[in-house]
Amino acid sequence: MTLQEGAALAEAVTAPDTTKRRRHWNFGLGRWLLPLYTTLALLFLLIPIAYTFVFSFNDSVKSNISWRGFTLDNWTGVCNAQDVCEAFGNSILIAFVATVVATTLGTMIAIALVRYRFRFRSSISLLLFLPMATPEVVLGAGLAAQFLGAGIQKGLGTIIIAHTMFCISFVVVTVKARVSSIDPALEEAGRDLYGSPAQVFWRITFPLLLPGIVAAALLSFALSFDDFIITNFNSGAATTFPKFIYVAASRGIPAEANVIASAVFILAITLVITTQVSSTLRARRLAAKS
Amino acid sequence: MAFSAFATATAKEQVPRRASKVALLLLLPGIAYLMLFFLVPLFSLVITSLQAPAEFGDIGEYDNAFRWENYTTVIAQYSAQIMRSFVYAVLATIFALLFSYPLAYFIGVRARPYPLLQKLILVMVIAPFFISFLLRTLAWKQILSDESPVVAGLKALSLLAPDAYLTGTPFAVVFGLTYNFIPFMTLPLYASLERLDTRYLEAGSDLYSTPFTTFRTVTIPLSMPGIVSGVLLTFIPAAGDYVNASREFLGGTGTTMIGNVIESNFLIQLNYPAAASLSIILMAVILVLVTAYVRRSGTEDLL
Amino acid sequence: MAAGGFAEAGADLELVGIQKRFPGFTAIEELNLTIPAGSFFALLGPSGCGKTTTLRLVAGLEEVTEGRILIGGKDVTSTKPYQRPVNTVFQSYALFPHMSIIDNVAFGLRRRKIDDATGKAHEALRLVELDHLAARKPSQLSGGQQQRVALARAIVNRPALLLLDEPLGALDLKLRRQMQLELKSVQEEVGLTFLHVTHDQEEAMTMADTVAVMNKGRIEQLGAPAVLYELPRTVFVANFLGQSNLFSGQVVAENPDSISVDIEGNRIVVPKARAHRTSGRVTVGVRPEKLILSREAPAAGADTNIFGPGRVIDVSFSGVSTQYLIQIPLVGTIVLFAQNMGTGPLVGDGAEVWVSWHVEHGFGLEDEAETGSRFPADTDTATLALQKRHALMSELGEE
Repeated sequence: MTLQEGAALAEAVTAPDTTKRRRHWNFGLGRWLLPLYTTLALLFLLIPIAYTFVFSFNDSVKSNISWRGFTLDNWTGVCNAQDVCEAFGNSILIAFVATVVATTLGTMIAIALVRYRFRFRSSISLLLFLPMATPEVVLGAGLAAQFLGAGIQKGLGTIIIAHTMFCISFVVVTVKARVSSIDPALEEAGRDLYGSPAQVFWRITFPLLLPGIVAAALLSFALSFDDFIITNFNSGAATTFPKFIYVAASRGIPAEANVIASAVFILAITLVITTQVSSTLRARRLAAKS
Repeated sequence: MAFSAFATATAKEQVPRRASKVALLLLLPGIAYLMLFFLVPLFSLVITSLQAPAEFGDIGEYDNAFRWENYTTVIAQYSAQIMRSFVYAVLATIFALLFSYPLAYFIGVRARPYPLLQKLILVMVIAPFFISFLLRTLAWKQILSDESPVVAGLKALSLLAPDAYLTGTPFAVVFGLTYNFIPFMTLPLYASLERLDTRYLEAGSDLYSTPFTTFRTVTIPLSMPGIVSGVLLTFIPAAGDYVNASREFLGGTGTTMIGNVIESNFLIQLNYPAAASLSIILMAVILVLVTAYVRRSGTEDLL
Repeated sequence: MAAGGFAEAGADLELVGIQKRFPGFTAIEELNLTIPAGSFFALLGPSGCGKTTTLRLVAGLEEVTEGRILIGGKDVTSTKPYQRPVNTVFQSYALFPHMSIIDNVAFGLRRRKIDDATGKAHEALRLVELDHLAARKPSQLSGGQQQRVALARAIVNRPALLLLDEPLGALDLKLRRQMQLELKSVQEEVGLTFLHVTHDQEEAMTMADTVAVMNKGRIEQLGAPAVLYELPRTVFVANFLGQSNLFSGQVVAENPDSISVDIEGNRIVVPKARAHRTSGRVTVGVRPEKLILSREAPAAGADTNIFGPGRVIDVSFSGVSTQYLIQIPLVGTIVLFAQNMGTGPLVGDGAEVWVSWHVEHGFGLEDEAETGSRFPADTDTATLALQKRHALMSELGEE
């Protein structure tokens, strides 16, 4: 099979209903090797997370490099370290604004891409794709050069502008998948049943899109919150959480930063796991009923 | 493309799309925004890359010009870093691929009868995303530093020479790059393998193929779209990364990459033309790769 | 149940000079159609023939490239779907998954601001015997139940015209039969005009008063099911509705009431009243169930057509009937259905037989069957017969 044929075949293959048949694929050296590898791989992936979490309890004085003792002080007095909370607050604010704008603009684009015909489709797809494929240094330097040339002072505003920009593409991808999965007949039924375009959108399309929009918003928020490189180029004097860490890396990162990172992690993981588990359970319940 | 891994829904058959003015209204704000804050900055970069130092200006002041020598200067000056970036990125991509493929295979093929398990493992794969990128890299720095028990242990077991050090070496940088981009490699691979029809594997076995041959001749070609996506998604950001290679993290003086150079030129030395021309060079290489991909697979599938 | 502005009974539908072009292909070439009020009309055809496009044009979900659509005499060509007195039952039912059944059914009434929408919705659900499930969500209902809800949701609006887009496709056989009867009785009870689109010819013939057979964007024939079946006009209709044995030959004699056609040396008589063309080269045909199988040469007569002797090359028992494939030298392969009278097969494989039929059962087509190509066309009766047989055998084999 040539590569082309293989690729074409791959496109053509649709997901088969193999979940119902409990078959195990015994390709490989024994059935235990792959699960063992997976477990080890996952543990490996989680090492830095565990490290960060553990060291958030470190009774560190200045730099959080060597373990000195267990304490809860960092957790109880998170904002004691200078600037940490301000940086965190900025990151939240930026992420929030960028998310709202990017999600709105991106959702609109996604709907247009899936449901409508228009010219320059290829160019627009390319334009939406490129920010995801461009290295962050290039994006950061470019925006910085633009602000420099236009005489705009760098600060929170420029960070927000930058973050919104790269989030749009991710929103489009996420929402687009969701829009594609909505049976177009549903919207047609809405129009057939005397719904005006606005009514069809708000009563039918939007509620069905909501999970996708929420997923896109969460993704956007996460990307913005964790962004460093682009922020570094475009922040001027303003500080964000990742930037704080980068600057503090040379002189020693306070354990409070670990606390914030761990808290965010726990929150995010809990959120994701809960939604996944609940959706799976709900699907199971519905399948059992009918 | 790869990003279907971010969204988990199956597309329904679409009716012919409608032509309507509404499309324009929906597209205009977002596309205008991107044109203003993505395309224009790229143009700014090009213009900046051709600038010449202002005649009587301070450091950091430049006039518009057509100074093509900026490019040649920069290539000559930083050829080592440029090469190094691509070498590191290629290595990181290869290692990430080797690491992620079995993992993605397990989740996408072996664990298919257990959708809940699949989801949970995927969550664990992307879990590192939820801890600040910088903190994860720093964690590795501590773990790979001379004082850490891990290194001490390796030395005790004679796996490492007594005076060897890991941080600041190319090993550490590539290690960091690989680690940080594993999720980017795993997700597209998973998306592709998830759709693999295991009946093809059965057919291979039925036709006297050993498991390894089936893997080589059936599984790998069929998962090629995922491999290509993963490779692109890993290589591109890895080539431009500078956090891993910076001195405060896993790098040293001998491991600087393009990203470091661009950063220092732009933010510290204020040598905007140099930074810009390097950025354009990096972008050009990426564009070549993307164009090759688009030529083969078209733009419909990009998003 | 006042309809709030829409017709109490059904209305006429008129399609005048309809043409629909998509970028890249033309779905409908030229369509002219009138559907009288209160009738059950079926649009029948294979996939890609344009029937679904026609439906969507009537519903307003697509815009015509050319032509006009009139409902009850009013020109609605340029109106939007929500302005037309038309409702659709979609192939996938398209029940809104995030709303309860009662909210689904009441949706149209609420958009039109009809009084007591909920009450009327309950009435409609009672009509389809699903009122007890009103609070459930669509995903909690079976396929057949969803289908009935989709019907209730459309009917409750008392549209002038109800469009059904292959609504029974996803149901299993028994349920489909049940629903066919239910749909027919609802239509007669409520008096709406139904336009039913389907590719299942049995369904069209059982339910509809009038059937239009569509092919490649045009209507090939329109009429009552029996007329279409017994007197097809074109090769396509002859092969699409049931099966036909078709023969091509030259008209050698024109009699006062009939024509004589020479089929490879056999003289076949077709009544003029049943022949669309009466001179030159024509294609004539006869249905397999009208043929009589004899082991001896039957008595020749003015009102009997005979082919033979020929050889039986296949015998297939399918429960209701036995299908014989008979090879007549020079003429070709003939399909014959013999009703199962409990006596077993009339002849065995390889037997020498004669095939005859009453002259009044033959028909003459307007166009010609495509003459022999290396690979027989899919609509060739012999191929169809063999295909059916292979399908049956593989079905049995799979079990």
